[in-house]
Amino acid sequence: MAMSDAQGSPPQLAELELGTLDCVHCGLCLSHCPTYRVTGRETSSPRGRVYLMRGVAEGRIPLGAAVAEEASLCLGCRACETACPSGVQFGSLLEQTRAAVSDAGLRSGLAARLERLALRQLVPRGLRLHVFVAALAWVQRLRLDRLALLLLPPRFREIHALLPPVPPVSQRRPLPRSFPARGEPRGRVALFEGCLMPELFGAVNRATAEVLSQQGFEVVVPAGQGCCGALQAHSGDLEFAKGLARSNVAALAPAIEGDAIDAVVVNSAGCGAVLRELDHWLGDEALPLAGRVRDVCEFLDEVGLRGPLEPLPLRVAYDDPCHLVHAQGVQEAPRRLLEAIPGLEIVSHEDPSACCGAAGTYNLTQPEMSRAVLTAKMDALASVAPDVIASGNPGCLMQLRAGAAERGLGARVLHPIQLLAQSLAR
Amino acid sequence: MAPALEDELRQVVGSSHVLSRPEELLVYEADGLTHHSATPRAVVLPADKTEVVQIVKRCRAHGVPFVPRGAGTGLSGGALALDGGVVIECARMNRILRIDPEDRIAVVQPGVVNADLSKRVAPHGLFYAPDPSSQQACTLGGNVAENSGGPHTLKYGTTTNHVLALELVLPDGKLVQLGSATGMTVGYDLVGAVVGSEGTLGVVTEATMRLSPIPERVETLLGIFGEVVSACRAVGRMIRSGLVPAALEIVDRRTIEAVEASVYAAGLPTDAGAVLIVEVDGPAPAVARQVERVREHCVAEGADQVQVARDEAERQRFWRARKGAFGAMGRLAPDLYVHDAVVPRRKLPEILESICEIGDRHGLRLSNVFHAGDGNLHPNISFDRRDADEMARVLAAGEEILRTCVEAGGVISGEHGIGTEKRDFMGLLYSEADLEAMKKLRAAFDPTLVCNPGKLFPTTRFCVEANPKARGYDQVPLG
Ligand SMILES: Cc1cc2nc3c(=O)[nH]c(=O)nc-3n(C[C@H](O)[C@H](O)[C@H](O)COP(=O)(O)OP(=O)(O)OC[C@H]3O[C@@H](n4cnc5c(N)ncnc54)[C@H](O)[C@@H]3O)c2cc1C
Ligand code: SF4
Ligand code: SF4
Repeated sequence: MAMSDAQGSPPQLAELELGTLDCVHCGLCLSHCPTYRVTGRETSSPRGRVYLMRGVAEGRIPLGAAVAEEASLCLGCRACETACPSGVQFGSLLEQTRAAVSDAGLRSGLAARLERLALRQLVPRGLRLHVFVAALAWVQRLRLDRLALLLLPPRFREIHALLPPVPPVSQRRPLPRSFPARGEPRGRVALFEGCLMPELFGAVNRATAEVLSQQGFEVVVPAGQGCCGALQAHSGDLEFAKGLARSNVAALAPAIEGDAIDAVVVNSAGCGAVLRELDHWLGDEALPLAGRVRDVCEFLDEVGLRGPLEPLPLRVAYDDPCHLVHAQGVQEAPRRLLEAIPGLEIVSHEDPSACCGAAGTYNLTQPEMSRAVLTAKMDALASVAPDVIASGNPGCLMQLRAGAAERGLGARVLHPIQLLAQSLAR
Repeated sequence: MAPALEDELRQVVGSSHVLSRPEELLVYEADGLTHHSATPRAVVLPADKTEVVQIVKRCRAHGVPFVPRGAGTGLSGGALALDGGVVIECARMNRILRIDPEDRIAVVQPGVVNADLSKRVAPHGLFYAPDPSSQQACTLGGNVAENSGGPHTLKYGTTTNHVLALELVLPDGKLVQLGSATGMTVGYDLVGAVVGSEGTLGVVTEATMRLSPIPERVETLLGIFGEVVSACRAVGRMIRSGLVPAALEIVDRRTIEAVEASVYAAGLPTDAGAVLIVEVDGPAPAVARQVERVREHCVAEGADQVQVARDEAERQRFWRARKGAFGAMGRLAPDLYVHDAVVPRRKLPEILESICEIGDRHGLRLSNVFHAGDGNLHPNISFDRRDADEMARVLAAGEEILRTCVEAGGVISGEHGIGTEKRDFMGLLYSEADLEAMKKLRAAFDPTLVCNPGKLFPTTRFCVEANPKARGYDQVPLG
C-alpha cells in the first residue's frame, strides 16, 4: 500500500458494505449518470462507484487516491437513485465515503482546506456571512473584482463568473419574524430561510413568504435557524454538518411543538433534501422536523392555489433541481403550479431532470466536469429559446444564470415562486 | 502490464482515456453476471475507429489479447478480459452518425445506447424495434455482439433482423465493411456471422440499423392470473388462434412484489400469482379487435381480471416495471443469477413447474419473469456470492435447469449469449463436428485467437482470476 493509502474505521466500513450490497450490478443507472455520460468510464458511473465502495469496505482495494477522486468527481445529483430498481441509497453511501475519505486525510490540499474554512467559519455564521457579502457588494460596485481577476489564478475566474451580482441592500434586510394570513385563513407554516438565500436570494425568500401569506397562511420565520449543513456534508465534513442540523432542530422545535404549524416550508431544494432526511443523521429526535418539511411548490400544489392568477405571457423552461426531483421526488408540482398561470407556456427541453453541474460546491471543486455538464444543459435550454428558465435551488440559479449569460441567452433565471408571486400580485 | 503497451495506448487515445490503476481495473472485473470475474490489464476508451485500429494493432504487436465492451450489462461474462487482456470500452463512441427516414436506416457508432436511438428517431415516426430490458443502458455494439432480443422480439425479431451493414476492425487491425445499407447481401452473409459472435470476430465500429415505423395504435393489456401456469396456457391459446401480439411477457408473484417495492412500481397486483403483459399494435381498427380477442383468451384460461392500460403514461409504467424487474430483485439479495433458456412454447407450463421444483429442492429463492411468447425463460435466482455453500447450490440448480430445458428440446440461451458462463455447456447442444465448423469460422477472422479469447467454446485453457470476494467459484481448472 502506498503512503497515502488508508482504511476507514471498521464500523464505518461495515456500514458502507451493508449499503453497497443493495446493488445487484444491473447497470440500469449508467446512462442516467452525468459523469458516466461525459467520460464513458465505468469507474465514473454509479455502479462503478458502488463497486469501488464495496471494494474498500471488503478490503480488496485501499481507500486511496483513486477512490477519493471518484468520490469527488461524483456530482451527488442522485439521478442514479431515481433510476435504481434495487433501492440503492446512493446519496447516503456517497456521504459515508466522503466522510471516510476526509477522515483518512485524503483531502488535504490548499483548496480543500480553504473550502473547509469557508464552509465552517463563513457560510454558517450569519453575521460573518452578512459582512462578507456586504464587502463583496462593494468590491463589485468599485469593480475591484475585475482587477483582482487579473492577479488570481484561472480557477478563481470560474468562481467569479458564478457569483451573482450581490442584490441591493433592500433585498438583503432580514425578513420580518412573521407574516399574517391574508384573506380567509388556511393555516400556519414555518419558513426555513437558509444561509445563502437571505444574502444572495433575499427576493426569493420574500416572494415565498408573501405568496404563502397571500394564500391565507400565517408564516413564522423562527429565530436561531441557520445553515442546513448540506454543503459541509457533501464535502465530507459530516460531523460538523450534524452539529448544524442539531441547532436547526432546536431552533424550529418551539414552532413545531403542539402541532402549531402545518409544514416547514423550504424553497431551496438542497436544504429541503437534507432537512427531509434529517433522521438519517440524528435519528428519531429529528423526525418531528423531517416529517413536516415541504418544498414550497409541493406545499402550494398540495393545498391548491387560490386565485385569481393574472396572465404572464412567457415561455418558461422548468429545469428540475436534482435535490428536488431525485432526492425529494418532487417533479410535477412546480410544473402544475406554473401551468396554472394563464398565458404561461412551459416549453420542454431535453433531460430537464439532468444535473446542471452546480451540485453545491462542485462547480468550484471540479470546474472541468461542471463545465461539461453545464454545456449539455445549456445546449438543451438554448434549443427551446425560453423567456425564463425556472429552477428552485440557489446553486442551480447561480449556475444557470452564469451559463445563460455566457451563452448570451436573453432568458431570465428565476425561482418558480417568483413567477407565481408576480402572477398573484397583479 | 508491459509499461510500453500502456504508454503506447496513452499516445493513441490520450492519457485520461486509459485506466490502469488496480482500483480502476477492479471495476471492470465483471459485467451483469457478478459471479464470474477477471481483471483486465488495462482499459482503453477510444473516441473513433481510427483509434480502435491503432489499439488493436498495438495489442497485437505486444501479443496481448483484447476484448470489446459496451455498457457491461451482458449476462454471460462476455466482456471480461480473460488472460490479462485489454478492455476496449466503446462507450465514448456514442454518436448517431446519420438518420435516413426515407430508407428507414440509422448509422450509429457502437456505443450508442439502445433507447437513445429510438428517442432520436421518434420525431421521424420511427423506432428501433429490438428492446432488451436493459435498453436504457446497453449499447448497440453489445446488442449486435449478443444478438439481443427483448419483449418485442415476438413480432419484430431479434437484433439480427435489424442490422443491415457493419464496419468491423478485424483482429489484425484491418478495417472492413460488411453487408450493405440496402439490406441485400452479395456473397457470404458476414453480417449474419458477426451478429451474435460475442465480440470474438473483431470490434464493431459502425452499424447500419433498420428502423421501423411507429405503429398507428398500441394497446397494452394486463391479464391477472392466480397461477403462472394458467398465464402460460393463455399464451399458448393466443398463439394457436393465429394472433400475433407484439409482446407476451409473464411476471410471477415474487417478481411483482420486488418491483412494486421499487421506484418502478406500476400498481401491479401483489396478490396475483402472475401477470401476463400483452401488447398488440397495428392499424387502429385491427388493434381494437385484437384487444377483445386477447381479453377473451385470458378469461378462458381463468384470468381473474384483464386491464387495458388507460393511457400512454400507464402503458409506459407497465413496461418500466417489466424492464426494471431484474434490478428490483436486488431487494431480495446482493446477487441475481439471470438464467436464459428457450423451450418449445407448448412445454412452458410443465417446464416451469420442474424449474420451481429444482429451485425448492436446492433451497433457493427462485423467481420467473420471461418472454413467454418466444418460450424464452428467465428463471432468476437470488443469492449472495459471499456464501460459498449457497453459491454451489445456485450453480448446481443452474445446470439442472439447463439440462431440463435441453432435454425438452430447447436451447441453452435465448438472448444472453454463452460468454464464459455457458461455454462448457455448448457440448449439450452441439457435436464435436458442429463446434469444429464454428471454430473454423472464428479462425478465419482471428487465426491467433487474440480477440476475446476464452469465450463461447468449451475450453480448459483459460482461468478466471482468483479472488474469493468477487468470484463465486473456481471457473475452469488450468490445463
Ligand atoms: C437488467 C438487464 C436486462 C436485460 N435484458 C435483456 C433482454 O431483454 N434481452 C437481451 O437480449 N439481453 C438482455 N440483457 C443482457 C444485455 O443487456 C445484452 O446482452 C446487451 O446486448 C449487452 O450490451 P452491452 O452494451 O452492455 O454489452 P457488454 O456487456 O459490454 O458486452 C457484451 C458482449 O458484446 C461484445 N461487444 C460489446 N461491444 C462490442 C463491439 N463494439 N464490437 C464487438 N463486440 C462488442 C463484448 O465483447 C461482449 O462479448 C439484460 C441485461 C440486464 C442487466
Ligand atoms: S450521484 Fe449523480 S454523478 Fe454521482 S453517481 Fe449518481 S448519477 Fe452519477
Ligand atoms: S441501478 Fe441500482 S442495482 Fe442497478 S447497477 Fe445501478 S446502483 Fe446497482
